Amino acid sequence: MMDILRAVQDRNRWISPESLEVIAERTGLTRIQVEGVASFYSFFSLTPKGRVTIRLCDDIIDRFAGMEEVAAALEEALGIRMGETSRDGAFSLDRTPCIGLCDQAPAAMINDVVVTNLTPDRARSIAAALRAGTPPEEVALPGCGGLTPAERVQRMVAGNVRHAGASLLGPVPAEAGLRKALEMTPAQIIDTVEASGLRGCGGAGFVTGRKWRFAAAEPADRRFVICNADEGEPGTFKDRVLLVERPHLLIEGMTIAARAVGAAEGILYLRGEYAFLRDHLQVVIDDRRAKGQLGQGIGGVPGFDFDLRIQMGAGAYICGEEGALISSCEGLPGEPKTRPPFPVNRGYLGFPTVVNNVETFCHAARILDRGAAWFHAMGTEGSHGTKLFSVSGDCLNPGVYELPYGLELAELLRLVGGEDAAAVLVGGPSGTMVDRANFHRRLTFDDLATGGAVIVFSPRRNLLEIVEYYLSFFVHESCGYCTPCRVGNVFLQQAIGKFRRGLANPEDVEYLRDLSQTIIETSRCGLGQTSPRPVLTTLDNFPLIYSAVIKPSSDRVRASFDVQSAIDTARKLAKRRSYIFDRDFGE
Amino acid sequence: MSEPAFHITIDGVQIAARPGQTIMEAADEAGIYIPRLCDHEGLRHQGSCRVCTVKAGGRSVSACTQPAAPGLVVENETPHMVKLRRDLVEMLFHEGNHLCPICEASGNCELQAMAYRLGLTAPSRFPFLQPTRPLDASHPDIALDTNRCITCGRCIRASQDVDHKGVFGYVGRGIHRRVAVNGPDLAHTDAAITDHAISAEVCPVGCIIRKRVGFRIPIGEREFDAALIGEEIEEHRDD
Repeated sequence: MMDILRAVQDRNRWISPESLEVIAERTGLTRIQVEGVASFYSFFSLTPKGRVTIRLCDDIIDRFAGMEEVAAALEEALGIRMGETSRDGAFSLDRTPCIGLCDQAPAAMINDVVVTNLTPDRARSIAAALRAGTPPEEVALPGCGGLTPAERVQRMVAGNVRHAGASLLGPVPAEAGLRKALEMTPAQIIDTVEASGLRGCGGAGFVTGRKWRFAAAEPADRRFVICNADEGEPGTFKDRVLLVERPHLLIEGMTIAARAVGAAEGILYLRGEYAFLRDHLQVVIDDRRAKGQLGQGIGGVPGFDFDLRIQMGAGAYICGEEGALISSCEGLPGEPKTRPPFPVNRGYLGFPTVVNNVETFCHAARILDRGAAWFHAMGTEGSHGTKLFSVSGDCLNPGVYELPYGLELAELLRLVGGEDAAAVLVGGPSGTMVDRANFHRRLTFDDLATGGAVIVFSPRRNLLEIVEYYLSFFVHESCGYCTPCRVGNVFLQQAIGKFRRGLANPEDVEYLRDLSQTIIETSRCGLGQTSPRPVLTTLDNFPLIYSAVIKPSSDRVRASFDVQSAIDTARKLAKRRSYIFDRDFGE
Repeated sequence: MSEPAFHITIDGVQIAARPGQTIMEAADEAGIYIPRLCDHEGLRHQGSCRVCTVKAGGRSVSACTQPAAPGLVVENETPHMVKLRRDLVEMLFHEGNHLCPICEASGNCELQAMAYRLGLTAPSRFPFLQPTRPLDASHPDIALDTNRCITCGRCIRASQDVDHKGVFGYVGRGIHRRVAVNGPDLAHTDAAITDHAISAEVCPVGCIIRKRVGFRIPIGEREFDAALIGEEIEEHRDD
């Protein structure tokens, strides 16, 4: 279903009511079911879009890097506002949350390709080139026609690998892990991965070996291995670098997982924002098939069959949640599934499914080559091995750093040239906003956990603006399935808005905490269970940013009471202004 | 009934449960009411309203979907859980446009009844979202006032699984998620007044309206005028 909708969207530039009918008829679904999927994903549109859609990355990092000026330049050059489509159907202009290019912000997608380090001048020349009929690929990367897909992606975006560690970004011998895995039994592979201490690198940190063990133990006719390449946590872009630089290692890791759990089929779920990587990854898959590293009897081992396909996402952060990702692969709206059953027991199409992050699979392949003890010896107790950190924001050297777990945040800040930071958001908005007094804390699962995002904010930044942005992000990305996440996050966003406008009362601080607690305790999946964290961790670590803008009530009038907005509706109904509150009335 | 395989404890009371039962199913049988809105007898469990949230073994879970397990200790009607549920019911009130005094479902409405049960009577600290939502009166026998919809999806499951029609479905994402019909309006679907999805018991609020019967039973003599919601389950509690 995702592929059908994507094809229709690409060809017609929208999914019309007639298309909904036709798709429903051909797939045997009802029209409302098709509409349910199409209306869920940001990159599908039920109204006509332009032949070229420019989606500016609206992340807070991009805003701080001058995105608004770029947006204004594009609006002027194209003659349309954000969210509009030009009358001749040539252009659409949209905003979209983090597209995984924070290290080279401001960035934007033009159809399926990306442009980075934008300036108003660059934006104007891009608009002019597109107007003149230059294809988006050629605009993003002049002369790209003569390049291979791998060369294209390497030149379209900077890798920004700042520090190569022992496991992933240093020299990696080809297929060494898979070769060793072929000589081992599935149980030995699982034992090795478990003994290495490897934990999921997407953020949740579940022990990888144990996940594989559960999936292998579940009796079933079919099993699946899925790679979660939907890194959507704002400020995370380390998987992008691995997909560009280490695609073979990733698929090697998936193949090893397949052998360990007895899966013959796999899916690489690639976020819609990374569509520019698709051809590159498809070439890698085809190449491996041709070399007998995918397909039947891999490595000459009879009965070891494994193959995979790429599944494109279509703009939905929630699909990084493994249940939602599986739903999306099944052609459904990206809603998390009820647990239990867990994916390792009943996942994709009801079969046992291992879902792991890109980085996790890559580490697994290296562990098979170098051994569990090698990996286990790096890092700290409970957080073994190395980790990719994607650092962005107010620092001299944004990019990807592969470092052993256990580093102090302050050490990382020295490495990246971000010593004057006032606040660092570790783990993205679902993580922790750390203040200077806590820069000695360590980057481990037990202290400051992160799926990779480390965002540095200098003293010039307004933390309340940042918090408000992240709440609007969660409101945009909530799937809407459960009440607290769907509604509660809107309330939270509105409450922070009161602080931003200077209309907050002293008791509003307690309200923020109380509402946050309800959302966390009653939400169905990790999104709602972490979405209040930007509020809570700033309330804990930066209480002054709240107390500084609170206005205590005076003369029994609440500071939050804004008489002007209160009487605005009455003004409109009465079609005149107020004698009392519009001072100039009648003058 | 097969022999109870194990016991669980809800608020200090030990009750019997069988493998395959959810916490809520076991509680219902034992005469312990766990508040719920999106769950309904005879329909698939969905676990979306979260009103049935309980603490099981210290973790927050939805009682309608969480399997009962031997020795599980469940917190149901503690002040903390009641507070969380009150917040959730309030959220549902504030998300839509719920004007009880002018709603024909008043007295039969599960949302209203749940508010009374949870002691939700005072004005709330939450903002009202006051959405603009459509009214669909196109069908000769049925009207939809989506201002009152709480997106519980009971009509969706009833139409799909009981009526085998698929008249309703979810569209949109996040706060824009809503229940919509399988066509341009209800008249252009195969909805019929005899559908289970349209019956009085399925829609918990006043969104699905059966035309011409609204006030046949006067206010004051309606289902929840006589008893609190949940009492029908608590009646058969064997202390």
